[in-house]
Amino acid sequence: MEKFRQHTGQVAPLRRSNVDTDQIIPAVYLKRVTRTGFEDGLFAAWRSQEPDFVLNRPEYAGASILVAGSDFGIGSSREHAVWALLDYGFRVVICPRYGDIFRGNSLKAGLLTVVLDQPVVESLWQYAEDDPAAEVTVDLDARTILAGDLRIAFDLDDYARWRLMEGLDDISVTQRHEHDITAFEAARPQWLPRTA
Amino acid sequence: MGMTLAEKVWDSHLVRRCEGEPDLIYVDLHLVHEVTSPQAFDGLRLAGRPVRRPDLTVATEDHNVPTENIDQPIADEVSRIQVETLRRNCAEFGVRLYPMGDRDQGIVHVIGPQLGLTQPGMTVVCGDSHTSTHGAFGALALGIGTSEVEHVLATQTLLLRPFRTMSVTVTGTLQPGVTAKDIILAVIAKIGTGGGQGYVIEYRGPAVDALSMEARMTVCNMSIEAGARAGMIAPDDTTFSFLKGRQHAPEDWDAAVRYWQTLRTDDDAVFDAEVVLDANELTPFVTWGTNPGQGSTLDATVPDPASFPDAADRASAEQALAYMNLQPGTRLRDIAVDTVFLGSCTNGRIEDLRAAAAVLQGRRVDASVRMLVVPGSMRVKEQAEAEGLNQIFLDAGAEWRSAGCSMCLGMNPDQLAVGERSASTSNRNFEGRQGKGGRTHLVSPLVAAATAVRGTLSAPADLED
Ligand code: SF4
Repeated sequence: MEKFRQHTGQVAPLRRSNVDTDQIIPAVYLKRVTRTGFEDGLFAAWRSQEPDFVLNRPEYAGASILVAGSDFGIGSSREHAVWALLDYGFRVVICPRYGDIFRGNSLKAGLLTVVLDQPVVESLWQYAEDDPAAEVTVDLDARTILAGDLRIAFDLDDYARWRLMEGLDDISVTQRHEHDITAFEAARPQWLPRTA
Repeated sequence: MGMTLAEKVWDSHLVRRCEGEPDLIYVDLHLVHEVTSPQAFDGLRLAGRPVRRPDLTVATEDHNVPTENIDQPIADEVSRIQVETLRRNCAEFGVRLYPMGDRDQGIVHVIGPQLGLTQPGMTVVCGDSHTSTHGAFGALALGIGTSEVEHVLATQTLLLRPFRTMSVTVTGTLQPGVTAKDIILAVIAKIGTGGGQGYVIEYRGPAVDALSMEARMTVCNMSIEAGARAGMIAPDDTTFSFLKGRQHAPEDWDAAVRYWQTLRTDDDAVFDAEVVLDANELTPFVTWGTNPGQGSTLDATVPDPASFPDAADRASAEQALAYMNLQPGTRLRDIAVDTVFLGSCTNGRIEDLRAAAAVLQGRRVDASVRMLVVPGSMRVKEQAEAEGLNQIFLDAGAEWRSAGCSMCLGMNPDQLAVGERSASTSNRNFEGRQGKGGRTHLVSPLVAAATAVRGTLSAPADLED
């Protein structure tokens, strides 16, 4: 996983709420067995059918920060949604509330998902619509977002922040606690089912 | 202070707790399917890691599998590669697999309970959001992403932050013709698609106690559509008799039952949120929009977006009606469908097929409708055939298929074409979910069957007129 400390880029304003992971990447793109190359599936239906869709507009072509309405990433657990956003070039998503599984997936895969209140999201939309070329800086170290005159603090728990900043892989962290896992296993009740 | 059921299961699976870090939780059962696992197995291979507990892991093929001609190789090459990849991975890492054609193959959330692998008080995970289904047994069952699938394969644990708890109490008694599906659709419409966010929901109350295991699974299945991480129902005699005699039921049955009986929310436990619903007031429920919260009773009309006070709700209703090609004020009963899908992990179990068959018996599917009946597992199919249900469906003019996810998400050939409209017993009416440009109305098996007969959204009572 790539380390994330600070990122500066353009904002794509996605004025929609309840964007589910079936919209982020439709099921047909889930048949692949690779972990990269999902950028063509990102918002595939909207990109192919709606000429005005924000990612179809040339002025937002280089955006790397997505600002969306509430309940982004609800629905299916497909981590492909996170990979598609990353593969397309997004490093940060900002929205008032996320689907739980999507949020967990994003922080594990190195996509920073920031929670900001609806009014702040509105002002970021306005900022990006007034001047699509304007840049925003997301500073994870300081937990701050800078957008022109706006200086916005955001919350992210220390543990998630540390992992993102260090680019750490969960499995190696957990394997340090191998003895705890083995001790737990020794005490599990006998009647619990085995698949084999 | 007492503890809730969810907290009891959590505590009994705590491997490690350290201030400022997520808890390390042990996983009793890991279910695997072909879509969300290839990248996880790849990760293990790259790092030279084995599967820590293949004996607590089980795999099936469900999302991609065709439901016709299953004795032949999968025609779609990309689907075939994905299924073959799962087979190779399971062979290499020693994981038990139920492949296409096997008697025990089926949708992952149907076969776990059916094999008796899902038991009270367990932690169950799967790279699939509808893992919440298994909560019907009083298990803490969570959908996870592929990174987490890899983590569980490697360590048999999961890093998790404690959830908040919500109780949904359903009082009263369900009226005839009203089902578990109507309960959960009404819950979602009430609290919204984000209302359960961050919560584990425990369903309780007399109307929940009266539900069969199949019906409880339907309710817990769609917890995710209310935004919740999981849904649970405390185990009771209904649960125990469902499990008794199943392939993986405990050998030391009495010891297990004694423990299972302790798995109840204490009287003095406090939930972080509480919701109450009266089953007496429920009637058949259908969705009109493009998320499961956009639904209402079948007696209603398509709402006017202007009637929503909240701007975001208004915009989302407008977009939904445009996609669904519906006009405000249209009676829901007047909406004609061309497809009826009976199946999925929400409503593809034997009881669902029985309920729909009872409606279709002696009747015909309308000439304008194609009806697909897809059992949730090969065992469900076998049972239905033993009871003669397949003949009822075929006589009525419906198609009788083999087990899989099928048109629930259309990764196999069973899809809606652009502009087609379905009444579907599945769980998601998202844009394009059942096929690009397809339109979905979520319904119960009873409503699905009645709709197939009349050609417009209907309840069984409408057939008596
Ligand atoms: S039936 Fe549908 S919801 Fe259930 S596991 Fe399959 S695709 Fe997912």
